[in-house]
Parts: sequence; structure tokens; C-alpha cells
Amino acid sequence: MKIKSNSRGSNDDLLLEMRNVHIDGFSDEQWHPIIKGVDLTLKRGEVLGLIGESGAGKSTLGKAAMGYAQPGCSIKSGSIVFDGLDLLAASESEKMAIWGSRIAYVAQSAAASFNPAHRLIDQTIEATIGHAEATVKEARVDAVELYSTLSLPDPGTIGERYPHQVSGGQLQRVMTAMAMSPRPDLIIFDEPTTALDVTTQVEVLLSMRSIVEHFNTAAIYITHDLAVVAQMADRIKVLRYGEEVEDAETKSMLSSPKEDYTKSLWSVRSLEKPEDPSDDIILDIKNIDAAYSRSVKVLKNVSIKVPRGRTVSIVGESGSGKSTAARVLTGLMPPVTGSITFNGETLPPSIKDRSKDQLRRIQMIYQMADTAMNPKQTVSEIIGRPLKFYHNISAVEEERRVIELLKMIELDETFLDRLPSELSGGQKQRICIARALAAEPEVIICDEVTSALDQIVQEGILTLLLKLQKELGVTYLFITHDIAVVKAISDEIVVMYQGEVIEQGLKSEVLQPPHPDYTQRLLASVPEMDATWLDRFVKTRTDIV
Amino acid sequence: MNKQTKYSATGEAANVRLRRSRWSRIKTALGRAPISAWFGMIVVACYAVVAIFAPLLAPYGEAEIFVKADLPWAWHGGESKFFFGTDQIGRDTLSRLIYGARNTIGIALVTTCLSFLIGGSLGLIAAINRSWLDQLLSRGVDVLMSIPSLIFALMLLSIAGSSIPSLILIIAVLDSTRVFRLTRSVAINVVIMDYVEAATLRGEGLGWIMRREILPNIMPPLVAEFGLRFSFVFLTIASLSFLGLGIQPPTADWGSMVRDGSRFIQFVAFDWKLALPSLLPAGAVALLTVAVNFVVDWFLHKTSGLRDEN
Repeated sequence: MKIKSNSRGSNDDLLLEMRNVHIDGFSDEQWHPIIKGVDLTLKRGEVLGLIGESGAGKSTLGKAAMGYAQPGCSIKSGSIVFDGLDLLAASESEKMAIWGSRIAYVAQSAAASFNPAHRLIDQTIEATIGHAEATVKEARVDAVELYSTLSLPDPGTIGERYPHQVSGGQLQRVMTAMAMSPRPDLIIFDEPTTALDVTTQVEVLLSMRSIVEHFNTAAIYITHDLAVVAQMADRIKVLRYGEEVEDAETKSMLSSPKEDYTKSLWSVRSLEKPEDPSDDIILDIKNIDAAYSRSVKVLKNVSIKVPRGRTVSIVGESGSGKSTAARVLTGLMPPVTGSITFNGETLPPSIKDRSKDQLRRIQMIYQMADTAMNPKQTVSEIIGRPLKFYHNISAVEEERRVIELLKMIELDETFLDRLPSELSGGQKQRICIARALAAEPEVIICDEVTSALDQIVQEGILTLLLKLQKELGVTYLFITHDIAVVKAISDEIVVMYQGEVIEQGLKSEVLQPPHPDYTQRLLASVPEMDATWLDRFVKTRTDIV
Repeated sequence: MNKQTKYSATGEAANVRLRRSRWSRIKTALGRAPISAWFGMIVVACYAVVAIFAPLLAPYGEAEIFVKADLPWAWHGGESKFFFGTDQIGRDTLSRLIYGARNTIGIALVTTCLSFLIGGSLGLIAAINRSWLDQLLSRGVDVLMSIPSLIFALMLLSIAGSSIPSLILIIAVLDSTRVFRLTRSVAINVVIMDYVEAATLRGEGLGWIMRREILPNIMPPLVAEFGLRFSFVFLTIASLSFLGLGIQPPTADWGSMVRDGSRFIQFVAFDWKLALPSLLPAGAVALLTVAVNFVVDWFLHKTSGLRDEN
């Protein structure tokens, strides 16, 4: 196989230069600035990390590096020069010629970016063939090589599968292969691992880094996770409200961040609740077996004890059965065998047989606050409904209570008439918390409630949950795959793997060695705020796996 | 540790929209409507006015018989007594066209509403239930849909007798099968949402989940379908009347007017105006169908979400 060298164009070391870029977005019938004069330079083979919370404009800036403004956005001023070509002055056809061949883009959701009707390999080589860089045969051989460089299983045949036949992490790697196939000079990774489990994320990060190094490709890596970007990038740029906060080499950024905002980006990792053991068991799950169909068991002999007024975290990767455990608990999925004791009385297995009061006592908060609220209902309807439904109060009293709840979640009455689409991600999750609180529950099941949120917003939500627990004495059953969150909030930890409970105990016991194999792997996969972590991980992983 | 004071939940950036009254939102939407939609809306409005004020607008009664059959614009001593002439037994064609609007459109509207009530609620129940009840309803609908609907309606009407209530009921039930399928398929996408699960967990009843959680989120496709269904029902009634099993004389109706007028068409070679008694009601049917479809197309385009009206 021939590997093209990246010496096209001028000998100048500078690959991309963006100067004083202003980008506006159109909403509410007027233009708002999204990017307010940002400079960005990138040398050949350099990896730049672009971080910031959502709404910081990092994706918009990443796309602008291709000379592309998404619908509803427009690049107002500034200059964007890619390898001697002024992208803002370039015609549509000139840009089309370099997109996909010299600049490639890897999106966050690989599942949504693939066409489900075509085989992976055909989609991998599509851009290469389209730009007439190689024949179909050459491109296919090359794609298989790329698959093996990205350490995909069965590189020779995996391309013959369809997108739904591979896992999320594999799909993200195939997408990287697709971007890499025409040997671009620049790849833009837009939050490529945000939707993945920690154990999967490590694999994807490793293969992405090795392939970028292998071909000496320049990359812009967009994410909100500083620990992830620390493994990937040579240099990090922090964005906020469309402006640059800080730009520094990775090592110096990690060891001595200058700005307060940069420091606050890893604040969740510093949040830690002191554990508080208790023997007053409110919820006792005994020997639960659950199955979706008769043959496939998703829960095998699961027993969990939840002490009153404490937080129990259930950790595990996707498919470990942690969300199923929540469904069993709520009665949405009656177990095959086993029992659930709540406050000393046995709960009926199915939701249909539970009384209104039993339902009230266990509330649930969902991962995706977007889909957990009816888009056609206002905030006051969403929070007011459980108040009215469970407590049967008058309209005046209902409004008073709704405002009280809004204050409790640190919002105010200006939010009463808003629709969910008019809230930010963190505000949505807060409304969901208020809805759960409105029922005055004893146990709240939190299903990955922070995993869709930015670091700073995450910290806000976790602090709020801790505060509410202190004030109201409510018990949390916290389902998550994020170890940092677990450290921040739990008293006890339950580790699940393939439908079984691997380990269970106080936080200090579970997080301290010695660990069972799986716990060890899970803990080792959590990226640390240290640029050398991934290298160390590679060294030690041989004895873990 | 000063960042705690800096961060506030209310200060998070959110895409808050300007609150607008319903009227001003409708005005902006109308201002952006294409010419075809305007044409459709004006035509539909004219039909509605004619249907509502039929007794005031019509020069004669719908069943009033005059002695002599007359051609359109037949001048008797400088003045035409019957603008569009009279039909084969001497009833004024213009009056019957106007009354026909009221009868045909009115019955079609009632029928469509009824079919949406039946099909819509059963579709929602099937989508929520997803067990044997869903199977029973869906397979039942499949059976009904496998029989050609016009022939089936003809058969049922000959059994039940051709009265207006039985006409409405039979067409509504046959048509509700299509509404059922649409409602069920759009509702299934909403039923899997977390907010529906949250309502179930709260212990809400079936009625609340149907009306408050699901229905508001599937309205756009249902409204568009309502427009289309109305056109189809309207055509079905006209066809049944043409075949003699729809609305019975002396009640005026466009379908039977086409049939009654059609026997004169063979004499068109002698006077072209003889074609009018059948072409006028046929044209009225065609114009309304086209107009309704224009409006529905515009609405579908608007709600398909290419660009919301902000």
C-alpha cells in the first residue's frame, strides 16, 4: 500500500490560520454573535484541543475551520486561510474539492452520521472515490489497513457489516477510518467520545491518537472534557461565550492554568461528599432475576441494599443492567424472581398493582432531560402536575408550591411560562429534579442525570442534589458510568457487570484496592488530568485485560 | 473557590423565544404563505360562506319544481329567470348548486370528524397498549382495508338502506381505518419518550396520557391528514350519490346532480350549454378538492419543520 506523504502545498509549516473570526447566528429574527473575534493557528501534524461548555461556540469554530457555516450561521468577518487557500474567498466548488479529501470531519454521534442502508466499507471509501484519489480496489485495501491500525476486530470483514451490526465505539472508529481514508491534512473531531462509556472511550482515544500520529495529520479536537483533551492535544485553547479564554501548551495548561474559568473546568473532580455509613435500610432488593424475553437474562441474582437518606451509586458500562435494575425497581419491568422491600413492606412487582402512594414515594430523573419533559407543556404545568395529582391542592396553592420548588432548584418565577425548548441543558435537568421533588418522594432514582451535561453544569446539578439531600433527607439511587460523579456524590457503590453485582460496599472500600478484575479495569479507564495518563494506561493494560 | 458564586443556574444561556400572541403568530404565518395557499384559503372560505348562508343566497328552494325545463341563459323577453337553467324536472340549477354545497360539505365534514374520533382514539389506545389489543385492532383494520372501500360501502348501504345517518356512519367507520393507521404510527414514536414513561410512573390514567401527553405532540400530521381525508370523504359521497346510493332526492347534492345532468351530455352537439348541468357540480367538487389540497400542502410544509416560524 502506498501512503501519501503530507507534503502537498507550500513548505510553510503553518497549515491553518484563522484571524479575528466573527460568526453570527440567526434566531428570534435577529443576528446574535456566536464567535467574537477568535484567532486560531495550527501547524502541520499538530493536535489542538478546543474546550468549553456548550454554547461556547467550539463546534461553530471547528466547522468554520473548514470554511463552513452551518445553516442559520454566517461568517461575518475575519480570515480563514488553509494551506495558502483563503477559504472565505474560495468558491463553493473549490471548497467542495478540499472537504472530505484534505479536511475531514468526525461528528459526535457516529450512529446518526452513517447511512444505515450501506455497508461500512462503502461509506469509508466514499470520499476517496468521490475525489478520484484512488480506485475502488486500492481504497478498499487501504480501508482494511486503516481498520487494523484502529485496532477494530476482524479488520478484513468488519467493513462488510452494516452500521447497526457494530457497537458504538467501533462505529466511532470506523468513522475515523472514513475521515482518514483520503489522507487529509486536517481532521476535525467534534466530541467523538462524549457518548461512549469510559472503558470504550479509552480504546477509541488510543486508536485515534495512534492514527493521527502515524500519518502526521493535524487535528482539532473539540470536547468539554479537559482530561480527555489532555491525552490527545499538543496545545489547548479554552473558549467561553465565543471568546478565547486561554491558549497554552497542554503541559503548562494542566500544571498552571492562568484563568479562573480554566481552573473551574475540572471542578467536578474536586467535589467529594464525605461518606456516611448507615444501617437504616429503606429499600432492599433481594435476588432479582429479570429478562426481556424468556431466554435472555439481563439481571442475574441482583441484591442491593439502600440505606435511608444516603446515596447509592450503581456503576457499570452500558449493557451491564444498571438501567434495567431501575426499571425493575419502578415496576415498569416486573422481575422473574426476587422481591423488593420498601420501608419494611413488600412492593408489588408490577406498576399496575402499586398504590398511588407507593408510586409517589419512588420518583425518577432521566438522563435526557429533553425527552423527559413534554415539549408542549410549560414549566408550571410540568411541575404542577405531580403536585395536583398526588396532593390534590387548589390552583393558588399549586402555584405557590411551584414557585417554592423553583426557588429550591435555584431558578425563579420568570421560568413559569417557559417551554422546555427555551431552557438550557442544566435548567432542563433542574426542572426534572423539581418535578421529582414535587411528589415529595423518599427515594429518587437518578439515571445518568449528569452524563449529557458540561462539567460546570454537572457540578451545579450535583451540588444541588447534595444540598437537597441534606435539607430533605431524600435517598438517591444514582445510576452512572462516570467515576468522577460517583466519587462526588455517593456513600455506597454497587459495581455491575453483565447483569451481575460484582462488588458492593462503602465508597472508601470499593475505591480502594484490592479490586475484583472488572472494577480495576473500570477505575483504570477513567482519564486523569495528566498528559501522560494514556501512555501509562497502555503500559499497565496488558496486566489488567 | 470563588467560582461557586460566579455560576448561577438562571444565568445559563438558553434560547428564550419572544412571547407572541396567537393572533400575531397567525399573521406572520399568513404573511409568508405562498400564492397557492392563499388561493386555497380564499376558495375554501367562499365555499364555507355559500354553505352557511345557502337559504339566503339561493334564489329558489332546492326542491322547488317549475313547469318548464330550461337552458342556461335562456332569454325570455330580455330577462333570464333561471341563471344556470333548470334540470330535467324543472328545478333551478343555481339554487341546487348552492344547497348542494351545504349538504355535500356538511355531511363530509361530520363524517370526517367522526372518523377521526373513532380512528384517532383507537389508534392512540393501540399505540399505548401494544399488546393483544393492538394486534386485535390492527388486524381488524387490515381486514377492513383489504376490501375495496367504495364497493364495501355500496354493499353496506344496500343492506342498511340509504339514509343520511347510515351514510355518515358507514363512511366514517371505513375511513377511520386510515386514520387509525396514521395515528398509531405517529403515536408509537411519542409513546417511547421518557415523558410518557414519567407520566406512567406517576400513575396517570390512560385518558390523561392520550389527551395531554401524546395528542399535542402528534397534532400537525393529524391536522394535515384531516384536510386530505375530508377531500376523500367528499369525493366518496359524491361518487356514491352519482351511483344512486348516496344522498337521496329531493335533497340537492353535487354527486347526484352530475349523474342527473350526464344524460344531456350526448346532445352537446346541438347546444354546448347542455353540458353545463353536469359540468358545474363536477367543477365545484374539483375546485374544492384542489383548494383543500393547496392549503394542506402548505400546512404540511410548514409543520414538517424545515424552518420553524421562530
